[in-house]
Amino acid sequence: MKKFIQDNSVGMLSAKFGAVAVLMFCFALFVMPPLYDLFCDITGLNGKTAGAFAGDVSAIGIDKSRTVRIQFMATNNENMPWEFEPLTRTINVHPGEPTVIKYRVYNTTANDMVAQAVPSLVPFKAANYFHKTECFCFNQQPLAAGESAELGLSFIVDIDVPKQVKTITLSYTLFDITQQIKPVKNTQKAWQSTFVGQVASQ
Amino acid sequence: MLHTFNQLKACLLSAALLGISSQSFAEEGVRSTINMPVGVTPISQEVFGLHMLIFWICVAIGVVVFGVMFYSMIVHRKSNGAKASNFHDSTVLEVAWTIIPFAILIAMAIPATSSLIKIYDTGDADVDIVITGYQWYWGYEYLDQGVSYFSRLSTPQEQIYNQAPKGENYLVEVDEPLIIPTNKKVRFLVTANDVIHSWWVPELAVKRDAIPGYINESWTYIEEPGTYRGVCAELCGKDHGFMPIVVKAVPEADYVAWIGERRQQAEKIAAMAKQTFTLEDLLAKGQDVYNKACLACHGVNGEGGVGKAITGSPIATGDAAAHIDIVVNGSRNNAAMAAYKDTLSEVDIAAVLTFQRNALGNSVGDLIQPIDILKFKQAN
Amino acid sequence: MAHGPANGITRWLYTTNHKDIGSMYLWFSFAMFFLGGAFALMIRAELFEPGLQIIAPEFFNQMTTMHGLIMVFGAVMPAFVGLANWMIPMMIGAPDMALPRMNNWSFWILPFAFAMMVSTMFMEGGGPNFGWTFYAPLSTTYAPPSVTFFIFAVHIMGASSIMGAINIVATILNMRAPGMTLMKMPLFVWTWLITAYLLIAVMPVLAGVVTMMLMDIHFGTSFFDAAGGGDPVLFQHVFWFFGHPEVYIMILPAFGIVSAIIPTFARKPLFGYSSMVYATASIAFLSFIVWAHHMFTVGMPLAGELFFMYATMLIAVPTGVKVFNWVTTMFRGAMTFETPMLFSIAFVILFTIGGFSGLMLAIAPADFQYHDTYFVVAHFHYVLVPGAIFSITAAVYYWLPKWCGNMYNETMGKVQFWMAFVGLNLTFFPMHFVGLAGMQRRVPDYNPFFADFNMISSCGAFLFGAAQVILLYNVISTIVGGKKATDEVWENPEGLEWTVASPAPYHTFSIPPDVK
Repeated sequence: MKKFIQDNSVGMLSAKFGAVAVLMFCFALFVMPPLYDLFCDITGLNGKTAGAFAGDVSAIGIDKSRTVRIQFMATNNENMPWEFEPLTRTINVHPGEPTVIKYRVYNTTANDMVAQAVPSLVPFKAANYFHKTECFCFNQQPLAAGESAELGLSFIVDIDVPKQVKTITLSYTLFDITQQIKPVKNTQKAWQSTFVGQVASQ
Repeated sequence: MLHTFNQLKACLLSAALLGISSQSFAEEGVRSTINMPVGVTPISQEVFGLHMLIFWICVAIGVVVFGVMFYSMIVHRKSNGAKASNFHDSTVLEVAWTIIPFAILIAMAIPATSSLIKIYDTGDADVDIVITGYQWYWGYEYLDQGVSYFSRLSTPQEQIYNQAPKGENYLVEVDEPLIIPTNKKVRFLVTANDVIHSWWVPELAVKRDAIPGYINESWTYIEEPGTYRGVCAELCGKDHGFMPIVVKAVPEADYVAWIGERRQQAEKIAAMAKQTFTLEDLLAKGQDVYNKACLACHGVNGEGGVGKAITGSPIATGDAAAHIDIVVNGSRNNAAMAAYKDTLSEVDIAAVLTFQRNALGNSVGDLIQPIDILKFKQAN
Repeated sequence: MAHGPANGITRWLYTTNHKDIGSMYLWFSFAMFFLGGAFALMIRAELFEPGLQIIAPEFFNQMTTMHGLIMVFGAVMPAFVGLANWMIPMMIGAPDMALPRMNNWSFWILPFAFAMMVSTMFMEGGGPNFGWTFYAPLSTTYAPPSVTFFIFAVHIMGASSIMGAINIVATILNMRAPGMTLMKMPLFVWTWLITAYLLIAVMPVLAGVVTMMLMDIHFGTSFFDAAGGGDPVLFQHVFWFFGHPEVYIMILPAFGIVSAIIPTFARKPLFGYSSMVYATASIAFLSFIVWAHHMFTVGMPLAGELFFMYATMLIAVPTGVKVFNWVTTMFRGAMTFETPMLFSIAFVILFTIGGFSGLMLAIAPADFQYHDTYFVVAHFHYVLVPGAIFSITAAVYYWLPKWCGNMYNETMGKVQFWMAFVGLNLTFFPMHFVGLAGMQRRVPDYNPFFADFNMISSCGAFLFGAAQVILLYNVISTIVGGKKATDEVWENPEGLEWTVASPAPYHTFSIPPDVK
């Protein structure tokens, strides 16, 4: 009796490919988002700036020979009724010089609300040279009805910022997250970051 | 049958080629119906050149490949008595048609790379404009100038629903165009308020996605004053096709004058927004204004006379906007009711309107503030 | 052993026979093709003139979305799976597919998926209206409530495709007749093997991206919502990581079909068989590293933009090799021009034109002008309509006599070809012009400046639609009756499928054939 060419048992083969499919699903769901974030951090893609600067601020030194113009923008996302504006719109700083500026927020509504500011920065190539030592965007901002506040941002432009970068524009978009503030969101972030940890340790 | 095939193909190709080559002789300023606009910026002209370069390379390759193909379809057909040969391999040929396209690609990549680097050089801009996409209109903010406004489609609904003839700029006209100076580097910071939009003006060769929460940048440098029209290029919901862009490039002096005027307006609004009056203030002031400006025609107690009665009048007790309109602009039906926009200040008009609505036997109960009058004036 | 099929409806419900399942796939795809086509004609009817006449913008968006989804997932992919079911076992000398019960399953979940998807159009808020690329946040925060059903429908069709692909890989790797080494396999089998790998790799990614949408909508995560630390652009990266290989899933089997038909009618062996295999494999590999060329305007760093531009341009090399090989196969042959050959030649020409516009789109600075305009619509219809639809039509004409034992009506076939060919070019060629002149995609209304070409496009679309009715009639009348076909059908065609009787018996190759 002639036999068909048989490299593997059909069962084994399909199990293997089924496993590949499941792996690819997990890859899309659990690996691609953190990988993308990592990629954004490295390249400054989308102007995402990293979290709080961990390095030693005093060790950076100041380059008095040039200045960089920093512009500040404020945008409200849809349905965000607060007033939101930078108190300093433009400032010239020397690379390495620690600077503090403020944004003003005012909850114009009769409801207590929580907001989240999302930073974005252009040019992208400057994103890795803009260090925030303290920023209101690191935390959610609750404001009672009718309350207003001044939110601080401390930053340093890295001394190694490329020479072509003469202007950096930093934008904050304010989102209303009052509805989403419930614990679900934090679990999700924690769960995502746990997975990043696992991937990294593998 | 094959002839038909050939003829058709030839027709299609030659139509395309003729169309495009005749385009290059077309008079300047006439928009091509079949090709990309050359545009009005150094970048757009470079992009156009790149586009035409690749196009002609493709045409050349097409002529060779389709030439060989049609030759064999005509000559090597069974009905012509052709005998099939049996060759099915040639390393030389295969290596050649791997390497030659590769070389052509490199030739294309070099100018493309240099253009891309220029497009990405957003530094040293003279004017920064924040562009925000909304469902379904655009917002423009001149950074550091305190000037911002919205720009919406101005094509009337009747034209869209075919009840009126369509104008030349059907669906590409707006109430307030974006004004930018010529011979200046203008940087656009593009973001969105809700979903993703894309800001595209073909004649500037600028297309940038507007993404909620993030900013993108692009730039332009227009040499010729003129009006350039564009559209939203990313599906953003129901009225994606109805949020056009109009850019008006004006000489720098005009731009400076315009922005000064807009800034004054903005400052005036800001100052007036801080000026809010109580009902008592407005009524007291309103009584004075009424006595000076209205009493002669409308009577001491609003009972009417030469003019209509204020007491119980449908305008003075109805919608505030209509009431503001008749005082600011005057009556359209009766020349005796004059326009007061130039003779009374915003504060005076607000006061007299509040007075008319809440005294003289009327009690609508609303307050009209000076800012309402100013906003009404600027909106009309 | 050689017992025939069961009778009645149970034959189709319970069948594990690759020919029955293949036929069901093909009929299902044909039905979806007409549905998707009807949606396309609604779009073209609205665009016949400037102004809003027939359908409202909300419904127009549902039409463009459903047209895309149904054509991609309902018409083209099932048609190729149907052809694979019918032909792969017969081409490699196998008695059936390796996993016949899963085969039955993977077909029968499809009608449910599409019933669910189409039913969303009757739900409150309407069906999907965010384009077949369903970019977040338009498809999440701003979507109609029916989006959940859309997500489940995508999950089901994805599961169907993955099962189908596993089955095909298992069949090809395990069920070949003795002597049928990999490098002796017909190219249709090769291209399907590579397509199946692509499917297994990327359909789960699609499932992943819709799962993220589901979680964002219902479970409070923020994968794509900037407010919670997510990013709408992430959606596009994940989607196109699936989406670009998906495009090749719809074209690689077409390469296989054309590589079978052209040698038959040129009476000359395929030129450069092994380079065809390697070119297919390179295209498949490259498809994984070019996804962001769909997103040049999204704002990437310069280096990323350059990388994706160069990688995309590289695709022209293996694709060029394929076109040159087909042309050289025709060169010094002895050609005749029966309907399958006409469709194949049209495939080569029009696919090449689509390839040219693809090359233009790869150039990032120029893409800033082309992106999201009708130029892009023209480009991908030039690759997909002649690429997928023409090759499937060619395959149906080529193998139909083998399937049902009767010859189709050649005159009717040629009439259909010319109507489809003229209709297609009338529809899509003017789209290049309006796109370049500045008309954006996915709009229900436009400036009168674009009116002439849109009117031509609309006329062409109805002509193209009419041609498909002829195909339907021709196929039915061939199945019902007609001149008997010989076992070989054509003059000396190559391949094991021509060694069995016409019509092909219900069970073929129960004993493996000898392969020289």
